[in-house]
Amino acid sequence: MDKLLKLLDENAKYSNEELALILGTTQEAVASAIEKYEREGVIKGYKAIINWEKADAKELVTALIEIKVTPRKATGFDEIARDIMSFDEVESVYLMSGGFDLCAIVNGRTFREVALFVSQRLAPLDSVLSTATHFVLSRYKDNGVILCDEPVDERGSVL
Amino acid sequence: MIDYENILDKKARDIKPSGIRKFFDIASEMKDVISLSIGEPDFSTPWHVRQAGIQSLDKGKTWYSPNKGFSELRASVCEYFNRRFGVSFDKDTETLITVGGSEAIDLMIRSLIGEGDEVLIPDPSFVAYEPITKIVGGVAVSVPTREEDSFRLTAEDLKSKITPKTKLLILPYPNNPTGAVMRRSHLEAIAEVLRGTNILVLSDEIYGELTYGSERHVSFASIEGMRERTVVVSGFSKAFAMTGWRLGYALGPEPIIAVMTKLHQFAIMCAPTTAQYAAIEAMQNGDDDIEHMRGEYDSRRRLIVDGFRKLGFSCFEPEGAFYIFPCIKHTGLSSDKFCERLLNEKHVAVIPGNAFGESGEGYIRVSYSYSLKHINEALKRIKEFMEEERKR
Repeated sequence: MDKLLKLLDENAKYSNEELALILGTTQEAVASAIEKYEREGVIKGYKAIINWEKADAKELVTALIEIKVTPRKATGFDEIARDIMSFDEVESVYLMSGGFDLCAIVNGRTFREVALFVSQRLAPLDSVLSTATHFVLSRYKDNGVILCDEPVDERGSVL
Repeated sequence: MIDYENILDKKARDIKPSGIRKFFDIASEMKDVISLSIGEPDFSTPWHVRQAGIQSLDKGKTWYSPNKGFSELRASVCEYFNRRFGVSFDKDTETLITVGGSEAIDLMIRSLIGEGDEVLIPDPSFVAYEPITKIVGGVAVSVPTREEDSFRLTAEDLKSKITPKTKLLILPYPNNPTGAVMRRSHLEAIAEVLRGTNILVLSDEIYGELTYGSERHVSFASIEGMRERTVVVSGFSKAFAMTGWRLGYALGPEPIIAVMTKLHQFAIMCAPTTAQYAAIEAMQNGDDDIEHMRGEYDSRRRLIVDGFRKLGFSCFEPEGAFYIFPCIKHTGLSSDKFCERLLNEKHVAVIPGNAFGESGEGYIRVSYSYSLKHINEALKRIKEFMEEERKR
């Protein structure tokens, strides 16, 4: 994997100057590589990783929804996936291998709101055969970032 | 009542305790301390290496090994050293597996040095050479190194300290604490001074895998004519992040290794066998791990050197190990005072340079064996410290 992308994946707030130092290149080279990635859609955006449990907006509920569907003749899973991702409540949609077909990560303010979204909007969609809703109860690590207590440095004091 | 003061050996008693201890103690009491003080990798031992150790335990392979280490490990070490640094040693007569590089240093000095013998030690350096020399009755002669020479040992300085009693030169490069390295031409110059003398060399190459830039580490044993007078000391701690396993090795001429093995046999028996099994895996399949860790250290090195320079420190570009050695003379503070204040006021722990010898006064040792995030946080606090310091 491109080291620049890996670094931005870790921390999108690195300045071009820092990135240049870390990579042993120039700021100009970093800026033009990022610009190219953005133009080509390799980098799709930048956002903060927020620990909502600590933020004031405490009422955020996330669920992982397993969805079994009947693939449509011409478009397979793509069309139904597009239908599902068009809802604002849906954060991510993945096509899965294994026991179900599509997985949607859905956000809402309350358990009830998410449950109603699934039963009233998602489940009635054509081609959806069944859904199973799994609520997230606690986040330990999100997007590669540890949200609970960070591990302590256990190294001894040795010269 | 036992009179401990007088019953303890005078030489042992007179060894100065590491002045750093009290400093570490204060730091460990603080809750939000950001440390850049630790001299060991922040990586865990690579998984496949750990697994080899675990497997040996699973199979109940928990007995002593031969005194000088398992034959397979010695063979692997020799093959590795030849592959990486181009010097071949005999696994049976020129190789000893020790408890860390530290034991190899101890054995080498004790095998060679007697009452009144002089040992040349570049200053600043790792803290163990001097006390070991003193405990065997030797005389530790420090050879100052300087920032303007990139903290390399120069032929002139070496020459000026040689006397008829000089028996051993310690060559600790890449260097802890400065990060200095000796390139081939610098080693050639040292070799030129030593040719025709009986002075032996302890080449402590524990950081040999951690050099940056296109040139690789050059082992002193690879310099023409130096193999016969050199014992290379190294280990697994720094290259493979295996500090806690306590495993190292010595490679050198048969007569020296034979005596070292004798001392090792009576003091230690053999190095821990679980660690030896793990080390075989590291030697045989660990080159990629080294590359990965070295790449990470190199990134951090560039970031932290730049960070310190921007804060107004003169900081020579270290090419090895994982330390930088910025100069703090412009602050008007001594190394001790600087570190004490930085710790008390900003809760950042770095090591005063004089802990590694008098020539380290006016400098601090900063380890970058930490994550980028951690380093950036520390730099931020040091910046605040320097701003407040200027207003004082």
